[in-house]
Amino acid sequence: MREMICICCPMGCRLTVDDSDLNNVKVSGNTCPRGEKYGKEEVICPKRMVTSVVRVDGGDVAMLSVKTRDAVEKSKIFDALDALKGVVVKAPVKIGDTVVENAAGTGVDFIATKNVSAR
Amino acid sequence: MKEIIIIGAGVIGCSIARELSRYDAKITVIERENDVACGTTKANSGVVHGGFDAKPGSKKAFYNVRGNAMFDKLSKELDFPFRRNGAYVLCFDDTKWDGLKKLYDQGIANGVRDVKVVTGDEVRQREPYVSEEVKGALWCPSSGIVSPYEMTIAYAENAVANGVEFVFEKNVERLEKDGDKMKVVCEDGEVYTADLVVNAAGLHSDDLNNTICDKKYRIVPRKGEYMLLDKTSGYLTSTTLFQLPTAMGKGILVVPSVHGNILLGPTAVDIEDKECKDTTYDGLAEAFDKARITMPSLTKKTVITQFTGLRAHADAGDFVIGFAADDLPLYNLIGIESPGLTAAPAIAVDASEEIADYLALSFNKKFNPVRKGIPCFATMTESERAEIIKKNPLYGRIVCRCEVVTEGEIVDSINRPVGAKDLDGVKRRTRAGMGRCQSGFCSERVMEIIARERGIDMTEVTKSGKGSEILVGRVE
Amino acid sequence: MSVKNLIIIGGGPAGLAAAKSAYDAGERDILILEREDKLGGILNQCIHNGFGLHTFKEELTGPEYAARYIDEVLKRGIEYKLGTTVLSIDKNKRVTCANETDGLQVYEAKAIILACGCRERPRGAINIAGCRTAGIFSAGTAQKLINIDGYMPGKEVVILGSGDIGLIMARRMTFQGAKVKAVVELMPYSSGLNRNIVQCLNDFDIPLMFSHTVVNIKGKGRVSSVVIAKVDEKLVPIKGTEQEIKCDTLLLSVGLLPENELSKMADVKLSPVTGGAIVDDDMMTETDGIFACGNVLHVHDLVDFVSEESEWAGKRAAAYIRGEKTSGDKVAIDAKDGVRYVVPQFVGRNGDETLRLKMRVGNVYKDVKLCVVCDGEEVYAKKCRIVSPGEMETITLNEKQTRALKNCKEAVVCLKAVK
Repeated sequence: MREMICICCPMGCRLTVDDSDLNNVKVSGNTCPRGEKYGKEEVICPKRMVTSVVRVDGGDVAMLSVKTRDAVEKSKIFDALDALKGVVVKAPVKIGDTVVENAAGTGVDFIATKNVSAR
Repeated sequence: MKEIIIIGAGVIGCSIARELSRYDAKITVIERENDVACGTTKANSGVVHGGFDAKPGSKKAFYNVRGNAMFDKLSKELDFPFRRNGAYVLCFDDTKWDGLKKLYDQGIANGVRDVKVVTGDEVRQREPYVSEEVKGALWCPSSGIVSPYEMTIAYAENAVANGVEFVFEKNVERLEKDGDKMKVVCEDGEVYTADLVVNAAGLHSDDLNNTICDKKYRIVPRKGEYMLLDKTSGYLTSTTLFQLPTAMGKGILVVPSVHGNILLGPTAVDIEDKECKDTTYDGLAEAFDKARITMPSLTKKTVITQFTGLRAHADAGDFVIGFAADDLPLYNLIGIESPGLTAAPAIAVDASEEIADYLALSFNKKFNPVRKGIPCFATMTESERAEIIKKNPLYGRIVCRCEVVTEGEIVDSINRPVGAKDLDGVKRRTRAGMGRCQSGFCSERVMEIIARERGIDMTEVTKSGKGSEILVGRVE
Repeated sequence: MSVKNLIIIGGGPAGLAAAKSAYDAGERDILILEREDKLGGILNQCIHNGFGLHTFKEELTGPEYAARYIDEVLKRGIEYKLGTTVLSIDKNKRVTCANETDGLQVYEAKAIILACGCRERPRGAINIAGCRTAGIFSAGTAQKLINIDGYMPGKEVVILGSGDIGLIMARRMTFQGAKVKAVVELMPYSSGLNRNIVQCLNDFDIPLMFSHTVVNIKGKGRVSSVVIAKVDEKLVPIKGTEQEIKCDTLLLSVGLLPENELSKMADVKLSPVTGGAIVDDDMMTETDGIFACGNVLHVHDLVDFVSEESEWAGKRAAAYIRGEKTSGDKVAIDAKDGVRYVVPQFVGRNGDETLRLKMRVGNVYKDVKLCVVCDGEEVYAKKCRIVSPGEMETITLNEKQTRALKNCKEAVVCLKAVK
């Protein structure tokens, strides 16, 4: 049994999710179908986009912002972040450039979210 | 050459340093903090008192009135902001007129010019936001306002220009007699020897005296909490508004600052801890509630910051100024609480003359009394602004948007003698971070400039001295 | 002195969108003045995602969202100056600004769009007692230090205020190895988005304490702990409920204030509720030819709505420059019964563009309808299961409703209970 707040709309319904059987998850407390879907996903395989920064060498800014190309399993967030430690990217960089491939074996790449010109 | 050591770089230490630099001597100011004006000097009402409060015949009365008269010339010579805005002492109770009368008589006895008793309506005519409850007031036109730390910085810079040296972050532990000289023993083991020591250690002037003299003093830190309102509230009053004084001090003021803010406070609570600079929930509430008696329309909406100051209240009651009784080459300045700021210029003149006599000093022929402050972009005309950016393009980069402070001013504040070392130092010299956003936007830019100009890492930049590093490391 | 048709003050999301749409409406003589060294404004430091769902139908990070608009501005060759601070404007639309290379510059503009954003409420404004040591930051300052400069402002953190920036920073600092010990919220509800509470706090087991505030900050040199306490219904701390939390950093996320210092110089009339200008449906202030949009007008929660509002302002400013005045007689829209404010505050009687009204409510209400009432008649109603001060509400009127509003004597936006 898990309690959570639905994030689909400002209602913020308090969901109770019965996750004793992952093949038959039961959601209650929701007031619309979106809540049920959200509740199920959150117990079966919650995923999050991860954003952070890495250092840039020779750029017109000090830091490059990055994000995961796709959402990462919630339990792997910190593994993914670890893969950014010590990474230095050479300028120039364009939005969408791959910064770290397959971060910590999550299968997800980190890509640049900022255009950085060379200094 | 005779050697003089001044301990303490508040307004007293710095003004004496500057006045002593009129003479040929090797003068060193030793200060515990990393800047001047870090103690009582930086956190007070900034009022240049008229001189009607102090008991006739006291040193407080004598130096107050003399000091007050010096400000017009001094502020021009040393280029610090000062304004003679006048003050009212407000009386809210028809039965307390004799209180006003007593102040009036004291003022006359002390030689304060042009004091008079006026009606409540007369007060409200000049200051329409003053409470309807005000029945009458003492009007003192010679009362003024000053920026205490800018005044002290000006003194210090001029002292340096005339040969004085400053040693910062050096904590003096005790004084020792060394033949007919004095030894100044510091916490870090360093020992200085001098022909004369000036004790201008403010809150700690009693402790310093007590390390060597038989005659002991005791200073009780008297805590005062303040609230500062944004310049948008500057219209509330242009004169200084006191309430009839109490035994603990001059009561809660509503007073404009030279830069156009409004200050409420101070409370007055005697405490033990000389390092306590915390504000308290109750203290701030008291400051606000009592200020509201003077001005009922005050709201907290435009408050931008709060601070605490400690007054060096000596249990003796009056200023202690002069050579220590024990026939030592030690010149004491103890218990210089209010009106110490007003009195400082006059005290400094007398003290330096006495010291010069004692050490038989000759005049410093190269003494230059004039100091120029940092050109202030915010108060310049358009053409002056255009001109200064042409000369120094860094004046075209506005760093603090609230107070309109440029990179040019910040760089200057760091690189001039007795320059700013950290955020608070820059703030006191340029007003960067003093405005309504309270450095939210500019602190990071100012940190970068400090790091660059001082050749240190960003992580070494402090807010106010060692242990106040702002950043804890780099993002890994 | 130079002459410009349109000067846009601020090169953040509002200014960029206004410039793009003014250009697309035919205006070519545009100048954007930006005080930072990059276009994009505060979005550059908002590296988290969640931007652009309305505008681009995809989730972007702040810098990506900014880049889309920067590209549009560059593509059109719109002139801009960086590192340039506007020092003054007046009601005759004289603009004085300065930068390092051009020195002091004076422009005379036909129209000005204020797009200068907002600032964070500082510690002083909320009267927290305690020490004044290092380690106290507004959340946005901390965000800039980490994301733009690459420095950590602290290791053990308490955050006061559960606005979105505070929530985002709780996660951000956690990602960088800091320990966020608590987020403390004065009100019994958060002004942040649910999604942020879940994904920034709950995901990392960071406690969110409602009806609590910081009553003391302790430390010498640097913060060493904060004392928090529960507050009563009047938001006054309750004695005896204090608890001390060890930390080296206090982040403040206690509200944003439109930055209208320039507006005041030009006699632009401000609303005491929004803190921004009072505008008509052209986004024009009561000072002729001066427009306002984005967070300088009223604080938004979604940048998408800033862009939309600013595109409209840019379009109307271009029309104004061409001499198409839609203003003239105006009807005031009152915010009442639970609605704190509505923007625009006035609607011109002329013009046939359908209206969009933006508003915020004063409290959390459930099962209500947002209504537009003209001369006592309900011309529009939108049922809401919940409204809260943290979420801006938008009403889009159709042609008929717009006409009813433009032609009435008394217009009111209010909340009504749904039976």
